[in-house]
Amino acid sequence: MIEAPAPLPAQDAVVPRGEALRSGLRANPLMALGAVMCALIVVVALFAPLLAPYPADAGSATHPFAVLKPPSAVHWFGTDNVGRDILSRVIFGTRVSPVVAVLVLLIACIIGIPLGVAAGYFGGWLDEVIMRVTDIFLAFPPLLLALALAAVLPPSLTSLVIAIAVTWWPWYTRLIRGQAASVAGRPYVESCRALGIPSHRIVLRHILPNSVTPLIVQVSLDFGGVILTASALSFLGLGAQDPIPDWGLMVAEGQNYFTTAWWVVTFPGLAILFTAFAFTLLGDGLRDLLDPKRTFLP
Amino acid sequence: MTPAASGRRAATAAAGQGAAPLLDISELTVRFGPVRAVDGVSLRLPPGPCGLGLVGESGSGKTTIGRAALRLVRTSAGTVRFAGKDIAGLRGKALQDYRRAAQIVFQDPDGVLDPRMRIGATIAEALVAHRMAGRRAAAEQARALLSEVGLDPAFAARYPHQLSGGQRQRVSIARALSVRPRLLVLDEPTSALDVRAQAAILALVGRLRAQRDLAYLLITHNLAIVSELCEQTAVLYLGRVAESGPTGALLGNPAHPYTRALRSAVPELGSSPAARVVLPGDPPDAANPPPGCVFHPRCPLAVDRCRTEVPALRAVGPGRLAACHRAEEVLATSSASPGRAPASTAEGSPPGSTAAAPPA
Amino acid sequence: MRLAITGLQVSFGARRVVDVDELRVGAAEIVGLAGESGSGKSMTTLAVLGLAHTVGATVRGSITLDGAELTTLSQRELRDVRGRRIAAIFQSPATAFSPVFRVGTVVQRALRLHGMSKSEATEAASRAMRQVLLSPGLLDRYPSQLSGGQLQRVAIAIALALRAEVLLADEPTSALDVTVQAEVLEVLRELRDRDGMSVLFISHDLAVVAELCDRVAIMREGRIVEQGPAATVLSAPADSYTADLLAAVPVIRAEAGP
Repeated sequence: MIEAPAPLPAQDAVVPRGEALRSGLRANPLMALGAVMCALIVVVALFAPLLAPYPADAGSATHPFAVLKPPSAVHWFGTDNVGRDILSRVIFGTRVSPVVAVLVLLIACIIGIPLGVAAGYFGGWLDEVIMRVTDIFLAFPPLLLALALAAVLPPSLTSLVIAIAVTWWPWYTRLIRGQAASVAGRPYVESCRALGIPSHRIVLRHILPNSVTPLIVQVSLDFGGVILTASALSFLGLGAQDPIPDWGLMVAEGQNYFTTAWWVVTFPGLAILFTAFAFTLLGDGLRDLLDPKRTFLP
Repeated sequence: MTPAASGRRAATAAAGQGAAPLLDISELTVRFGPVRAVDGVSLRLPPGPCGLGLVGESGSGKTTIGRAALRLVRTSAGTVRFAGKDIAGLRGKALQDYRRAAQIVFQDPDGVLDPRMRIGATIAEALVAHRMAGRRAAAEQARALLSEVGLDPAFAARYPHQLSGGQRQRVSIARALSVRPRLLVLDEPTSALDVRAQAAILALVGRLRAQRDLAYLLITHNLAIVSELCEQTAVLYLGRVAESGPTGALLGNPAHPYTRALRSAVPELGSSPAARVVLPGDPPDAANPPPGCVFHPRCPLAVDRCRTEVPALRAVGPGRLAACHRAEEVLATSSASPGRAPASTAEGSPPGSTAAAPPA
Repeated sequence: MRLAITGLQVSFGARRVVDVDELRVGAAEIVGLAGESGSGKSMTTLAVLGLAHTVGATVRGSITLDGAELTTLSQRELRDVRGRRIAAIFQSPATAFSPVFRVGTVVQRALRLHGMSKSEATEAASRAMRQVLLSPGLLDRYPSQLSGGQLQRVAIAIALALRAEVLLADEPTSALDVTVQAEVLEVLRELRDRDGMSVLFISHDLAVVAELCDRVAIMREGRIVEQGPAATVLSAPADSYTADLLAAVPVIRAEAGP
């Protein structure tokens, strides 16, 4: 009379969480690569003073006699227009640009997710109010808005973070709101309401986990975008100020020398590419990992 | 007659004796914009063990009634009373108590379980949320509930996508049972299932009814399952009750032309499609209901009166109500020639028996 | 035999989902293919239409239409057969009708695709609509303005207008109300009696199969476990699986008398 569960196909076997994670990493080599790349960035950021051959160059040191030297055994990445070692600046840049991007995206999520979930799940007037405010922010071209804010605030990395975060959160609110509204309409949510499960529990345990997946992918893709936005603002003098080794700033400053001294732009540019790529791979893999329906091939 | 059937008969008799109803729906009206999904419906469900069938096709309002009974849709008029109390006025703890006492099992076994939660957690969720049990105790109870619905407790560790439709439906029932309800609304519990899974669910509901003294509202378009599980049945058409009464009498001897057409349209094993009542025309548009009796455009017995006067739901026999101006005639003709050639009239005999089907 | 399926094997890699030794549908005959979900009924339909490869399945065996082998035809030749000689209707009529086009447009397109001129198509469409008991005026409506049953009947009308010889009906009434289902079943009977069409009716509902079909094949896990005249198989099954299925079908227990 009691029905026994049919044996699951091998790839569907129920595994404890930790093992599932490990086998998932094994199964998804690209994500593993992304994870390794991100780990590398973190390690470099942590040990920057030990890794950089000329740590002082990351600060305000200048070397008038070593200006614009091409890559060589002494300076692996060459030197910039005031003679600073680009390798050292790129290494110390791991403490600047990625951190700015992480902070911006973190703030955007902290503001955007709760607002989006509230608007999507509760609907009604709350939804209207939140979305109209969001619409106001979205009406401005993002760069222009960030510019305006950055111009008002004293130029610094903090102002940079605030200015970009303010233009970024509305997109996440809108994204989450759509997802949350869709999840809120699903039968299992209605079933929770019928069981008398309180709203806060429904939101935390059902709406949130089922809504954030597209956001995870979006965040990872936005990484590069934030760095580029930060570089534009820094270029205009409204964010990181020289001599801070912000990659975007380095690219912006070096573009004048691109034809004669390609290395000034290229290496910081590659660093941005590397970082953005790492987070994109990680984000894609994370989304797959979080979906219980995906089978892990042995 | 089988003991189950005689038990049902006794319950039917008792039901008619005015035992205080568990669920009392009175003149319920639910509007969605211009559409009157439910229009002045009154129903009564005595305390368990007892089953009331709500039969109808799409647009009949049966699903909306089930949801209204659980306060999942806003009613426009009328009252729903549970154990004597108007559910619209419930707040706070009283509302929580109601949410535990009345439960619903939805039609679609696919969307009804959170794909990211394991089965055990899903079943135990309500217990934990209502603080009826701690985490570990709730997990224990979840496993017990799995056994009760006929699934091995090992299912607790699985995810919904690893279960079949029939198994998911049973998990859904286990989840509803976790809070020990007195009333269960079953919304098309078998529509999406294979025939053997259907039979298993029906057997399960019968078992639960006996073990838990459950009262249930069975919403379906399938006449066979109400005849198996419900003492009383109400037939709905376009948001109104066409007729209601004891299931056996209602199906065997309809008092409303719609019921007769419905009955004759149901394909059955071992009977021929002779004497089918064909309903001409299209299913009605709920936003623009026809004047007078809403069924008159398709009714083979429609007369002038039906076009102008809305028939009241009135008594046409012991425990039987019908909303038809010509109900008595329908009753008379039904008893003379039942709409279908029966396979067997003895209760409890299984279909597909070795005896060949007798012709009409 | 109009449609003859012999030794049909449909597989996804190593996993075989259909393994049918023999299944035939004659002219003016309705054959039921009954079974539970996952038994391979729908894959059989896809195989007959030559569409199994679109879901990644491989097909072996023989499917003949009036003696001509279908499995060896090229996609171009199959497109000629599909719709015109073998038509198909599915559970959700929405699969046939795009919501942005009027129903008549879709019908016209189907008919003209198979070589009719515009005036021929209009004439054939009107005639076919009347044959399925629908007013030709309904062709001017959008799919959302028609009920499920009406849409199914329009889909059948297309098959009629094209003078298809075989109609594959994959759970065509499962999503319909019971009174509407009765009308569609009536139309299918007319197809058989008046137009001599061969119908392969796939369903999990044994009661419908019992009522509609002349012969029935019971399918389980890709194999046909029992085949024969519907009246015999469904009242005195030889196979225990068939008996199990029949025993599970709920029956209306009605009392006569007031």
